[in-house]
Amino acid sequence: MEIFLYAIAALLALALVFGAILGFASIRFKVEGNPIVDQVNELLPQTQCGQCGFPGCRPYAEAIANGEPINRCPPGGQTTINALADLLDVEAEPLDAENGIEKPTMIAYIREDDCIGCTKCIQACPVDAILGAAKQMHTVMTDECTGCDLCVEPCPVDCIDMIAIDVTTRTWSWELPSKPSQGNLIATDLRGEEAA
Amino acid sequence: MNLPLKDITETTQQVTHKVWPLTGGVHPEENKHQSTGKPISKAAIPERLILPLSQHAGAPAEPIVAIGDKVLKGQMIAKAVGFVSVPVHAPTSGIVTAIDVHSIPHPSGMSDTCITIETDGKDEWCELKPIENHLSVEPSILVEHVRQSGIAGMGGAGFPTAVKLSPRSAIDTLILNGTECEPYITADDMLMRERADQIVSGASILMHLLKAKQCLIGIEDNKPEAVAAMKQATASNSTMSVAVFPTKYPSGGEKQLIQILTGQEVPSGKLPSDLGIAMQNVGTAAAVHQAVIHGKPLISRVTTLTGDALGDKKNLEVLLGTSVAELLKEANVNDRQLNTLVMGGPMMGFTLDDLTVPVVKTTNCLIAGSIQEFPASMPAQACIRCGMCAEVCPSSLLPQQLYWHAKAENLDQLKHHNLFDCIECGACSFVCPSSIPLVQYYRASKGTIRIQEAKNAKADRSKVRYESRQARLEQDQAEKEAKRKANAKKAAVLKAARESKSDIGSAEVDPVKAAIERAKAKKLAGGTSQPVKAVLSSEQKELKIQLSVANAQSKKIQRALAQVEASGEGDTTKLKSDIAILQAQAEKLQKEFDAAATASPEPSAKPPASADLKKLKVENAMAKAALKKAERALVKAQDENGDTVELQKTVDECRQKLENLTSLPVTGKPVAADRTKPVSDDQLKKLKIENAMAKAALKKAQRALDAADGDKAALETVVAEAGAKADAAAKELADHLA
Repeated sequence: MEIFLYAIAALLALALVFGAILGFASIRFKVEGNPIVDQVNELLPQTQCGQCGFPGCRPYAEAIANGEPINRCPPGGQTTINALADLLDVEAEPLDAENGIEKPTMIAYIREDDCIGCTKCIQACPVDAILGAAKQMHTVMTDECTGCDLCVEPCPVDCIDMIAIDVTTRTWSWELPSKPSQGNLIATDLRGEEAA
Repeated sequence: MNLPLKDITETTQQVTHKVWPLTGGVHPEENKHQSTGKPISKAAIPERLILPLSQHAGAPAEPIVAIGDKVLKGQMIAKAVGFVSVPVHAPTSGIVTAIDVHSIPHPSGMSDTCITIETDGKDEWCELKPIENHLSVEPSILVEHVRQSGIAGMGGAGFPTAVKLSPRSAIDTLILNGTECEPYITADDMLMRERADQIVSGASILMHLLKAKQCLIGIEDNKPEAVAAMKQATASNSTMSVAVFPTKYPSGGEKQLIQILTGQEVPSGKLPSDLGIAMQNVGTAAAVHQAVIHGKPLISRVTTLTGDALGDKKNLEVLLGTSVAELLKEANVNDRQLNTLVMGGPMMGFTLDDLTVPVVKTTNCLIAGSIQEFPASMPAQACIRCGMCAEVCPSSLLPQQLYWHAKAENLDQLKHHNLFDCIECGACSFVCPSSIPLVQYYRASKGTIRIQEAKNAKADRSKVRYESRQARLEQDQAEKEAKRKANAKKAAVLKAARESKSDIGSAEVDPVKAAIERAKAKKLAGGTSQPVKAVLSSEQKELKIQLSVANAQSKKIQRALAQVEASGEGDTTKLKSDIAILQAQAEKLQKEFDAAATASPEPSAKPPASADLKKLKVENAMAKAALKKAERALVKAQDENGDTVELQKTVDECRQKLENLTSLPVTGKPVAADRTKPVSDDQLKKLKIENAMAKAALKKAQRALDAADGDKAALETVVAEAGAKADAAAKELADHLA
């Protein structure tokens, strides 16, 4: 009989100890805010272009956390959609064409001769990548430009072009081998292909 | 008899330098003997040299010559930009004819900026600046000299040598890499055979620079002539030893050779310098010797010309910038046989499509292969998971897993499987029975990961910039809002001051209230200080009424006259006479009234009134002060959303008191109002104003209530009060008018 009491007492003691540890941990390591929004925001390309219909990447991240579709980010493209699908454990859908199509990364270029120095593009730039002052020529800091397009619309003299970034020997990289052509080693395979 | 004996003892002594085996590795056919038959010869000076600005790893050099400039051999034509960069020098004398885009040797087959020199054949040196007594010169000066001599790793990677000579941690061992493990290439082999002295001299300079204690020269055992030459050259130097190890590809990789010679493994993500080891190619050591001892910058290199399509396979000392076509011609190329032209070795090199590309600092070999030599690769088949790739991987990676993840573009998994430790040696592709181009998968994946990481880094930067902009805009907005609110408050206060003389029931209590109260009190005091009119006799009153009536009638008739005159018809004479009569009557009445006024005695009503008044004034002022204080406290409390009920009560009490006080002198008014018109008019005006003020206050309070989101209860009571006050004022006015 005594042995049962000992066992119960030991288990009780253990339960109390671990309960205390868990209780402490739940308070000590409490996560503030909604970590999902931050995680989603991390995956978004931060172009702040607003093509998704939200005024920036963070608002869209918040919207995604609230159940908005994940396929509305053209700058991120399929890569971002896949990453988001992975993170949120949902089906990766193709990009919603309503929001735009996936384009290669562009950067804004101001034709400086035509610039009248109206500062409208500066106000439009979400990442402060345009340099200039009133009645002075403006220019784009190419390293900081996200290619969001937002400066093109407000320009009254239409002197901003979006140009694709050229691949140089420095940025070039190998491409994945093209998909192996199937069935060209064994003749019968080829026949099977044709039949299919 | 003595000599061979010495040779033998030396050989046995040095061969015993312990070596460790290479992990993995393969044994491709060596094909080295074809090009070792002839000594190194100098290639002819071509008519034109094309010098890419980027012949090394790192930032491209920047041209410092202009088109048309005459340059001398060894003159710097492009300077280094940044730390990881080296300059470019003119390989021979001539004239700069172009600085433009030209195809360069690059796996992409792309073009880049190059300086073209039209040679003059004189091969005229510029002034050379060798460093004398280099062993007593500060290492930092020597490193800068090496940098300015344009030396970049000659083994193939082309990493700026000066960067490698400025390690972060102390170097204990210098390793000279004479492995040359790739098939076909014999440039280093021939260099070691013929210029061992230069290599050893360069090595001693490097040791001095790095303060290294020992130097190991690693050579594969398939180059016995080179081993012998190097041993002979190092015989007198106790700090240098030649280490010979079995031939196996890729023993020449930096991390692989360190493992073979020291048994140490360079951890993933670390540099050899973290283990106190620095490694340089033997060609680089020779170039350092040339730069320091003779002052000659890097303008030429030994390049192996081999392959079945060449009639004359040999090693040439080539001026940098010589076009490949020129060299092939010199080696008697058979154009019909030439099928694949490879720059570098067959394992890690890349094919060239354009024969006009120049030889650069990293070009150690050109293989003009026939179709038999380099047959078209077999089509890739499915991976059968044989595991041979994992067996041969010198970096102990799992090529198979990497292949699957690369195919699936699963970048995280690739990183997890240490893709970046892959040295792209091609051993896995070499052994793959399914002919899968594994290395291409890894290279492509590495590129994708690099691009992705660059994108992520940029995204992070953009995020920070966006967020700081957002924060800045918000702050601006908040500042504007605060300013706007302050302005609105000021405007409201001014408006209240302008509109009102007294408004006790106003919800928007403000400091001007006191001023209003004061003005009001003054007015009231002024009203009571004129008891003369208040004590008019009945006779005077009668006269005054008659006078007023006469005046009114005269005015009325005058107005009628004006109307008639304007219309231009009717009789005006009667009206005119009427006016004259009335005016005369008025004049008479006025005179009578004046006479009565001066005649009437002025009773002693004033002195007691003024004494009383003084006392009242003092009380009034005190009450006002108390009210002001209470009101201020209330405003503050409301701003802080604190407890305002108590304060409101105090304010109300103060107001009540003040009202009582101000109403005291007014009590005498109704009598006066009955008697004289001026006072009555005054009273009426005042009441009207009060009424308007009360209404305004009510409206204002209502608005404040709508806008407020804080303490509504307090404001509501204020509104109710203001409403009551307005009602009272309206009623009073109505009573008075009645």
